[in-house]
Parts: sequence; structure tokens; C-alpha cells
Amino acid sequence: MKLLQSWLAEYLDLPAAGFLETDISEQIAEQLTSLGLAVEEMIGVGHTVDGVITAKVLRTESHVDAAKVHRVYVDAGDGVERHVWCGAFNMSVGDVVPLATLGTEMPDGRRIERRGILGIDSEGMLCSASELGLGADHSGIMLLDPSTPLGVPYGEALGVRPDVIFDLDLTRNRPDCWGYVGVARDLAARLGVEFRPPGTARALPASDPARAGVSVEIRDPERCGRFLAIVISGITVGPSAPWMAQRLTAAGMRPINNVVDVSNYVMLELNQPNHAYDLHHLGGSGFIIRTAAEGERLTTLDGVERSVTPADLLICDATNTPVGIAGIMGGLDSEISDSTTSIALEMAWFQAGPILASATRLGLRSEASARFERGVDPWGIDLAVNRFIDLLAETCPGLEVQSAVSDIHTAELPAAQREVSVRIDRVNGLLGTALDMDMVRSLLVPIGFACQIETAPSDDTGGVLAAKVPSWRPDCEGEVDLIEEVARHYGYHRIEKAVPLSPVHGHLSVAQTRRRHLRQVLLGLGISEAMPNPFLGPETAAAAGVTLPMMRITNPLVSDESVLRTSLRPGLLRAIAFNESHRRDGVHLYEIGHVYPAGTSELPDEAEMLCVVLAGSQAPAAVALWREVAAALGIGARLDQDNPPSGMHRTRSASLLAGKSRIGAIGEIDPAVTEAFDISERVAILELDLSAVLETAPAPAKWSAVSRAPSSDLDLAFVVAEEVPAQRIDRAIRQGAGSMVVSVSLFDVFRGGSLENGTRSLAYRVRLQAPDRTLTEADISERRAAIIAAVAKAGGVLRS
Amino acid sequence: MINDINSAQVAAIDSLAAASTLDEVNRLAADLTSKKSPISQLKAGLGAITDAEERKQIGQAINAAVGQIATAIETKRQELGDAVRQAKVAAERLDLTEFLTEPTRGHAHVVTQAWERLEDVFIGMGYQVAEGPEVETDWHNFEALNMGEGHPARGEFDTLFVEAVDEQYRSGDPGRLLLRTHTSPVQIRTMLTNEPPIYVVAPGRVFRRDTPDATHMPVFHQIEGLVIDEGITMAHLAGTIEAFTKAFFGEGFTSRLRPSYFPFTEPSAEFDIQLPSGDWLELGGCGMVHPNVLRAGGIDPERWSGFAFGFGIDRMAVMRHGIADLREMYTNDLRFIEQF
Repeated sequence: MKLLQSWLAEYLDLPAAGFLETDISEQIAEQLTSLGLAVEEMIGVGHTVDGVITAKVLRTESHVDAAKVHRVYVDAGDGVERHVWCGAFNMSVGDVVPLATLGTEMPDGRRIERRGILGIDSEGMLCSASELGLGADHSGIMLLDPSTPLGVPYGEALGVRPDVIFDLDLTRNRPDCWGYVGVARDLAARLGVEFRPPGTARALPASDPARAGVSVEIRDPERCGRFLAIVISGITVGPSAPWMAQRLTAAGMRPINNVVDVSNYVMLELNQPNHAYDLHHLGGSGFIIRTAAEGERLTTLDGVERSVTPADLLICDATNTPVGIAGIMGGLDSEISDSTTSIALEMAWFQAGPILASATRLGLRSEASARFERGVDPWGIDLAVNRFIDLLAETCPGLEVQSAVSDIHTAELPAAQREVSVRIDRVNGLLGTALDMDMVRSLLVPIGFACQIETAPSDDTGGVLAAKVPSWRPDCEGEVDLIEEVARHYGYHRIEKAVPLSPVHGHLSVAQTRRRHLRQVLLGLGISEAMPNPFLGPETAAAAGVTLPMMRITNPLVSDESVLRTSLRPGLLRAIAFNESHRRDGVHLYEIGHVYPAGTSELPDEAEMLCVVLAGSQAPAAVALWREVAAALGIGARLDQDNPPSGMHRTRSASLLAGKSRIGAIGEIDPAVTEAFDISERVAILELDLSAVLETAPAPAKWSAVSRAPSSDLDLAFVVAEEVPAQRIDRAIRQGAGSMVVSVSLFDVFRGGSLENGTRSLAYRVRLQAPDRTLTEADISERRAAIIAAVAKAGGVLRS
Repeated sequence: MINDINSAQVAAIDSLAAASTLDEVNRLAADLTSKKSPISQLKAGLGAITDAEERKQIGQAINAAVGQIATAIETKRQELGDAVRQAKVAAERLDLTEFLTEPTRGHAHVVTQAWERLEDVFIGMGYQVAEGPEVETDWHNFEALNMGEGHPARGEFDTLFVEAVDEQYRSGDPGRLLLRTHTSPVQIRTMLTNEPPIYVVAPGRVFRRDTPDATHMPVFHQIEGLVIDEGITMAHLAGTIEAFTKAFFGEGFTSRLRPSYFPFTEPSAEFDIQLPSGDWLELGGCGMVHPNVLRAGGIDPERWSGFAFGFGIDRMAVMRHGIADLREMYTNDLRFIEQF
């Protein structure tokens, strides 16, 4: 909403505010913002260039040596002939033009000097409209009305005065502020000055459809709560009064003619959209307000033919021919023209929601729909009609108003006033203030909430006010809304600042703490964090070999982002490809993020996952990483290589199994997948379902005494078939070594040589130690035999 | 005899002085302390001296000479040992500025860094951290937050709706599942699962149907605060915002509340922070939790009151690091990630 300061000032006694002597605009802006009517921008308009005055063209002369300029002689009102060089040729003798006199500083920084061409001085410069900041036209010198007095500042001659436009970013709860009067009411209350809404000496004619000369039939009483039609005749269509044209122009609205301008003016002033129809073009001299039929067509005022549906409400004439889309835009056919002499004026109230839906569906936002979709005052119509007539009468002295109107109300019309109880204790309890009843009342009354005492204050309570909510504030439904009004007008800045003492112990949950720990471990291992887009194209998911049932976005921005990921893998693979394409190989990235596979409950089976990708590394790097992560988090899992996860290297990948449940995947990306993602390196990968591992922290480690007895090492190599996983041999060794085992480490893997095909040799160093004594030869050989026996059972033969 | 002792000692010390290697010293030491050494021979001859007094004197002189020789050996050893070590150390010189490897530590995402800093500030103020799902129901995202069906404010959220691709996974009415447009549904979930007093912040990922540009992303992050307790007032909200502002941005910063509108709070406010330069910066929205929202969360608004606030996490990272374009944060380009 854009507001012109001079226009706004009409509705309140600004000088009474006293302090507004200097920087008046800045201070108004500050007050509006602190009232919640945020001033986004202040735009200075109507500034004129000092030193530019009106002058009349006396004669023009060309010069033989200068084709692009000519000599213009002007009189600036002092009877002295002045000579200027000019590059524009659009003026004729007798035209009045703006003359920038010597010494003038132009807005673009130029200073007008006595600069000569061909040895002949120029005594100033003639200006185009754009040079003076009066529009975009720079095609020629600006020509003023020939009757303009000479030698006066051009701004004065044009009636241009410096002014300020406040661009308000209005919130949805303040529909009343879409009119000057609504903003002025709030501002006057804040400044403590008199609020002067426009008045009228007229009384609205009684509603008597039989005598109104215009009929009204509401066939959709739910969407249209009130429709008033009034016939005004004796109209002469012509230009508006200059003051109105200037004001509308300054406010950014193009003046059309006196009828349309008054219609717009009333809308801007009182926030009451309205529409004037040429009565002679209105079939049957009446209105029918009805739901549009599917497939009906109508050409709106903007010249666009539109197809409407039952989602739209139509204004039709009495022959049921559409003449406008209710609350949005009038039809082209009943537009006011120069020959219009009588009008049927519509002032109506429509339900906000359906107008919003209709305007959204049509993609048609008008000044009217912007107001109706937020909520217009249904009881402001009476004043608006009279205001319309008063203003139009200024340019139509012969104007006559029909002695009756058609004013139809339906059950949907909101009451003129609602009453809300405001408990003073509740006000203070919510705001942290100590306002008494008088104070609360003094804040509510100036903005239109008439208050009566419902319960007088006592020693125990602050009392209760019964406040009447004015009809222009549909947002104020209950007590808390009125408490907000009290707070706004009291001033948010006057509310004290106090920090509540939390009785809660602030901390991260177990899962949150473990998640942070996991991050630190990964970062310490040189792995950086990526945040890929959780949206994918279905093909991208398929290319990554991701197979879980997916959720799709029903209104995606682009088709490449139309499904929700069920795996973090595709995003990280893209990140590798991106970095590779920017000459960065071997990237190590992790992501901790949600995946959203479809599930059988209401919400998808959303889960938090970890995925780590190590470009340029092979599966063992992922295993080494997993061992670090598992140790850090105190978790364990079995590597099940029999069922490699989809999208991963068939012989170099495993599922991570904790008991029977799969908590992750480990290994290498399938070469077909890396190829599909344009990745040239091998990629080692670890995936972990964090929702399965973060929730529970392992019990704190129990201390065990470090043995002071010497330890002994046993080196044993076993020949093991390729199908037998080393983790089974490891487990067997530990079993055989019993409680004396300190560590088991695989230090060599050997294939080939004398070994049979399909087998390999696994060499382990087993460190044994007793807690309290030196091991004897007997101890060691006994354990050795036990280990060999256990390993034999697991499928390993001692290598001799 | 005394002269012999002196000359043996002098000879021994001279020979040590001439030695230039440890081996040489060791050899000499062996000779000088052997039974055949001149001084040992002299010692052996002691028994032949009959006069007890003379024998005692000569004995003492021999012992003194032996001691002197031993000291000389030790000194020489020390001297040569030092020289060897010094030569070795000198030969081992390294130029420590020959950096052959780059640092390999990983870098947390800037958003994560901002996220954790925010969490830490609020934990210090006695808050716990709540989380919720990113795919939400219409009820949690809108309806329970006082934005029923057809509420005009819904239109401002540019919501992305989701459904299972495969019909067998669809349940309920279509259009009921969406990607949460704000972290506020976590308020509802927290209220439904916890009794007041509630002091939580809920950082998380949120979604809007926005075309990416320098200041908008369809996927971004917010943090939400919710306090519900007895006697919570708007003064507490203002004080909390102020305390947070100082804790997070620094002592030189202050804050203000300015009336605004959100369906889920009443009164509602925008909160701005004032930079030490004096400029104001709009940071987020806040307000007293609307009674309808408390009721949706199963909390009696007559007994409990509360406030909520929320703002963007990404923006905190942008402000801290001067990032000109939000899109940069989501390229996963290591040249970006490794800057922070």
C-alpha cells in the first residue's frame, strides 16, 4: 500500500503533534513502523530543480555550421530576449518551455554554464521532462500549457509540490489500512492528535427497490453479504478537478475521468472498492449476483477475455448477462464513456476467502480484489456512497441522486459491532505491564473500540472492559486480539525486558550429543560436510540404484526435483561428480540428513541417515572408517557380504547387520553407478541409519586393571577359503584364546604361491596376558592348541 | 716416587688430550686403568715401602692421580660425546616450512556451524533441543497453528505437497502431507508430548516453493524457540530476544520488537537487531503463543502462557561470513566448504 503524505495529512491534525517540525516524514514513518504498519520505503516525489523557470519561445533560427542544434530565443517573463542553443526541434513560436537558467544544478550533476557553440554563448538550457525528473520522456523539450505565467518556477506552474510516498508492507490482519482513513486513525491515536475522517452532509436514501430505478438480486447469499445499488444521473463525464487528478497521479494512479477517478479516490480513501456502471448499458436496469457457470466467458476492463467457473462470483445485469467478476474487475461493456449521463453505482461486501480463491485461480489481482480478499468493512458502505456523491458533485453540478436505493443484505453479513470482554489482569498477565483500566480504555477508544465497564476494578482484580469491535476490524475476534491492540498503541518498545528463569536444565539429548560426537569424529578423519538437495529426479534415484518406495512432490518447481530422496547416496555422488568436474579429485564428504521412503503409516518412514563417500578409495577404506565410527559410537555390526546392497559393488560391499536388523551398508559404489554419475574414480561408501544407533548411548566403559605381568605374542597363519569371512576367523581366535586374549590383529594376507586357488593365508598376531602372573610355556601351548582347534572349526587350517 | 706418580699422571692426561675420537678415548681409558698401566704399577710397588708414614703419603698421591686420570677420561668422553651429538644434530637440520601436505581436517557445513552455535546459546539459557519430521501433516503445519482450511496466510507459505508415488502407500486425503514450511509444527509436537514448563528450541530444515536466487532457497533452515510456563509475558519474550542477541552477536548489539502478524501468535512481533553501527536489521518473527495454538497442543491457555520466536539459520551463516549468494552454500563445492 502506497500512501501520499500530503493526502494522509488531510485526516489528522499533524501540526498538533508539535514535534513534527523537522523530518516530519521520517517521524511519521517511524511511528507507522512502530504501530506495525511497516514502512518499507519512503519515496520522495515532486521535487523540482531550483533555477528552472517558465519561458516563452519567441523565435528559432538555424545556423549554417550546426545541423544538430538550433538557436532558440526565449522570454522568461522579464521582457529580455535570451538566446539558448538547443538540440531538440519540437517547439514552436509561442510555446511555453522550462528554461534552466545559468548556474542551475541539474539532477544528473550538470551545472548550466554560459557555454558557447561556434563562438555564440548560450544563456541557459531548455529541458525535457526526464531531465526534470518528471517522467521518462526525453524525446523533446517539455511543452507547458500556453497560458502558463512566465518566469515562475516550473514546479509552481505545474502544481508539483514536494511530497513523500510511504510504501507500507501491511500484514494480513490489517485490512482497514488499505485505505488512508484506516492508517490515519492509527497514526492520530499514536500521535495523540485529532482524527478527521471525511464526513458528509448527505443521508443515504432509504432502501426501496421499487423506487430505486435499479434492482438487485443476490443468488449466492453466502459469498455476497451485501449489495447496494444507487442510480445517479445528471452526470457530465469529463476530467476530474485538478486537485484530484494531481493527487491520484502522485499516488501512482492514472486519472481517467471524473467518474472513474472518484470511484478510485473513494476506494483509496475509505477502503471501499466500488464500481460505476453506465445505466443505459445495464440490461434490465438491475443486478443479479450469482455463481458463474462452468465455461462462461467475460471480457474484463483490462480487455482480456476470461473463462470463469463456479469458483467465481459474477455480477450480471438484470438480463443475467455478466457485467463483471464480483470483487475483482468490472466488465468492458458497461464501462463509463464520454456519453455516460446516468450511472448505477455498486457498493458491495463479499466474503474474503472466495474472492482470494477466485482471484488466485484467475491470476487476476486488482486493487479491488486485494482489498476484498483481506476483508472490507461491510458497514462502511453508507459513508462511501455519500462520499462518492459528494466528490462527483464537484465536477457534476447537475448531479441528481435517485430518491431510493436497492440495498440487499444476506445472513452472511457480519454484525456492525461485536462485543469482546477484556480482562485487565489478562492484559497485564500477557504483556508484563501494569496498566489500569483507564489506561487500557484510553488506548482502545481512539482506534474505534468503544468501551464500557463490565466489571469495575477492585482490590483483587483490575476489572473487565466490554469493548465493541468496530466493523472495519474483522481480525479482532477475541480478547487476545484486543490485548494486541493495547500493546501496539501502548508501544512494544515500552514493554520491559525480563529474562524468564528456566526451571529446565538446558542440554542436548543423548542422540543430539552423539550426533555431534559423530560429526567431530568424521571431521577429524578429514571428511567434510555436504548438504545436497533432498529433492531428486526419479531417474537420478534410479541411476543410483536406489529402490525404496518414494514420495513425490505434487507441485514441484522443476521435474528434476520431483521426488523425495530415500537415500543420501545420489546427492553425494553428484557432489563428487561436481568436484571432479572442477578438478578436485579424491573428495571425502559426509552428510547427516533425512530420507523419506514411503511407509504404511500416515507419514513416510522418515529417518536420519549418515552417508560418507570417499572418492578415489576402495572398499577397505570404508571398512576402516566404519571401525573408527563404530568404536567412537560404541556400536557394533556384522558385515554381511552375502547380500550386497542395491547400487553397490556386488563383490565389494556388505550390509551392516546389528542382530537381524540392517543398520547400514558398506563397501564400494557399483561401477555402473559411478559411470552413470560421470564419476571417474572409485568411490568407497558407508551408510548408517542413525535413527538406529544414536538414541542409546552405550553404558560407560568399566575399568579393568592394566596387567603388570609380561605379555606374550603368538603368530599364527591360517589357510582359509575365500568364502569364509575373516571376521569369523577373528572370532574363532578370540574364542580359543579365552580370557587371556589382549588383542588379535591381522597383519598379513597372502594369496598365490603354493596356496590352492580359492584360498588365502591370514596371518594373525595374538597377544596373550594373564592379569596377575607371567604366562608359562604350558599356558601358551595350551592356548595355541585351543586357538587352532577353534579356527579349524571355523574353516581355517594352520599353515605349516 | 712422587715424581714418577706426577709424570705418569701428566703422561696419562696428555695422551687423553691428544685423543680425537671416542674409540680412542675408550682404548686409552682401558690402558690407563689396566693393571699394566704406569700408575697401577706404581700402586703395585707400594708394598715395598716399609715406612708406614711414607707408604701412606705415596698411597694418597697415587689415589689422587688415579682420580685425576678418571676425571680426565670422563671429561674427555663428555667432550667428544657432545661433539658427536652436536655434529649429528647439525647434520639433521630440516626446513620446517617445506610444507609437503595440506591440512586434511574436515569442514562442517556453514549452516551446521551456525546451527550448533545457536543451539549452544539457548542451551546456556536453559533450553532443550526439540526435533520433528520434515514431511508433515497439514494439521501440524497449518491447522494446529491457527491456520485452518482456507486461511489466507496459508497462501504466503508457497507449500510443497507430497504423496507416495505408489498408491499402496497412500493413506488419508490427498493434499494432506506436505514438506513443513516452517519449524513451528515442532511446537505442536512438543506440546503434545510434554507437560509445561517447556523451554525448547527447534532447529531444522524447512521447505518453500521458491525458485532459488541469491536470497531464497527452496530448502533452508530455521530455528524456532518455544517457552510455555506459568506467568510468561511479552516482557519475557522481549528479554529473551535481547539476551539472545547479546549472547549470539555480542554485547554491542541490542534488539527491539515491532508489531506484526502471524496467525500462531498474538500479540505478534518482528524482532530487529541493532548493529553497533546503529543500523537495524530485521531478523525474525515472534509473539505470544495464540490461545488456539495452546489448545491445539493440549495446554490450557488460562493456566499457562508462552512465547515463540523463529528465524533463519542460513542467514546467520550469511551474515557471519559475508556470503553474497545463498546458492553458493548448497553447491557442495569443496572450494566453498573448505573456506569455513
